[in-house]
Amino acid sequence: MLIKILLIVGVTGSAVFALRGAQNPTSRALRRIAALCFAVGGTLSVLFPDGVTWLAERVGVGRGTDLVLYALVIAFLFTAIGLYQRVQHLEERLTRLTRTVALREAGEHHVNGD
Amino acid sequence: MAGEGDLDDVTVIVPAFNEATSIGAVVAELRTVFPHVVVVDDGSTDATADLARTAGASVVQHPINLGAGAAVQTGFDYVRHQTSSRICVTFDADGQHLTSDAVHLVDALRSSNADVALGTRFVAATSQIPTVRRLVLRAGGVFTRITTQARVSDPHNGLRAFRTDALSAISLRQSGMAHASELHNQIAAARLRFVEVPTTVLYTDYSRSKGQPSMNAVNIVFDLALAKLRA
Repeated sequence: MLIKILLIVGVTGSAVFALRGAQNPTSRALRRIAALCFAVGGTLSVLFPDGVTWLAERVGVGRGTDLVLYALVIAFLFTAIGLYQRVQHLEERLTRLTRTVALREAGEHHVNGD
Repeated sequence: MAGEGDLDDVTVIVPAFNEATSIGAVVAELRTVFPHVVVVDDGSTDATADLARTAGASVVQHPINLGAGAAVQTGFDYVRHQTSSRICVTFDADGQHLTSDAVHLVDALRSSNADVALGTRFVAATSQIPTVRRLVLRAGGVFTRITTQARVSDPHNGLRAFRTDALSAISLRQSGMAHASELHNQIAAARLRFVEVPTTVLYTDYSRSKGQPSMNAVNIVFDLALAKLRA
C-alpha cells in the first residue's frame, strides 16, 4: 500500500532530518516549503472535502479523515523534534553564558583582593 | 605521602548545589591539607557560597542552576584560566570522600606518568555500599565499558585528579549526571593515560539523602542515547 511507504518515509525522514539537520539555510528552506505545502493542502481540503477522500483512496487509505490524521502525526513529529533541538541548542548557549558570567565575577574578586 | 608544601600547585574543585549542611566542614577539612580549594556553587538557594568562603574556599558562582556536569566543567575552566595549578582534583561537596584519598590521587598522578587518576570503590576494600546502589553502579560501569573504550571500574565516582595540561581535551556538554560517561569517552578519545586508585566512599545518612536516586540511571542512559543521535 502506497500510504505505508509514505508514512514510513515521513516518520524516519522527519527523525533523521530533525536530529541530524543543523540550523543551516537548506533545512530552514525545506521547513518553510513544508509549511507552505501544509497551508495550501489545508486550504484545499477545506474547500474541497471530497478531494481529501479522493486522495486517500488513491494512496490506499479508507477515509479522508484517516489521511488527515496521519498527516497530523507526521507534522507533529517534525514540530516536536525541531523544538527539542531548539531547546537543546538554547540550553547549551545558556550554559556557556552562565559559565562566562561566573568566571568573570570570580576573576574580579581576585583583582579586588577578595 | 606528599607533604603539605607539595600541594601548593594543586586546586581542589568542589561542585556544590544547596550543600549548606556539609560544605563548611568539607572545605575546612580540605583546607587543612590543600592551600587552594574552589567551590563551584551551582546556583544554590541556601548559604552554600557564604559558608564555603568563610571556610576558606574561593567561590565561583553560577547565577542559575545548571547541573553537576556543568559545574565540573566550570571548575576545569577556572583552574585552566585563573590559576597556575598543575593538578586539579574534583571532590564531592556532600562529605562522602576523604581528604586523605584526594592526597592519594595527587600522589598517584605524580608518581606515574598518567594524565588522570580516578577514584574507584571497587578495586579494594571500601566502606559498605548499599546493595541496590552497588548493583546500579556496577551496571552503569558495564554500560560505560560497552559504550566507551575506557576500562574504568567505577565511572560514577566523583573523586578524580587531572593534570591541568590534559584538561584541554575535556569539554563536558552533558550538564547533568551523564557527564561521567561523557568524561570517560573524552579521556579515551584523547588517549589520556589514567590510573585507578582505591578510595573509600562514606555512605552517611546525609550523603544518601543528597545523592541521586538510583532511578536516575535511566535518565543517564537516555541522555547519552540522545547525545549519540545528535552527534
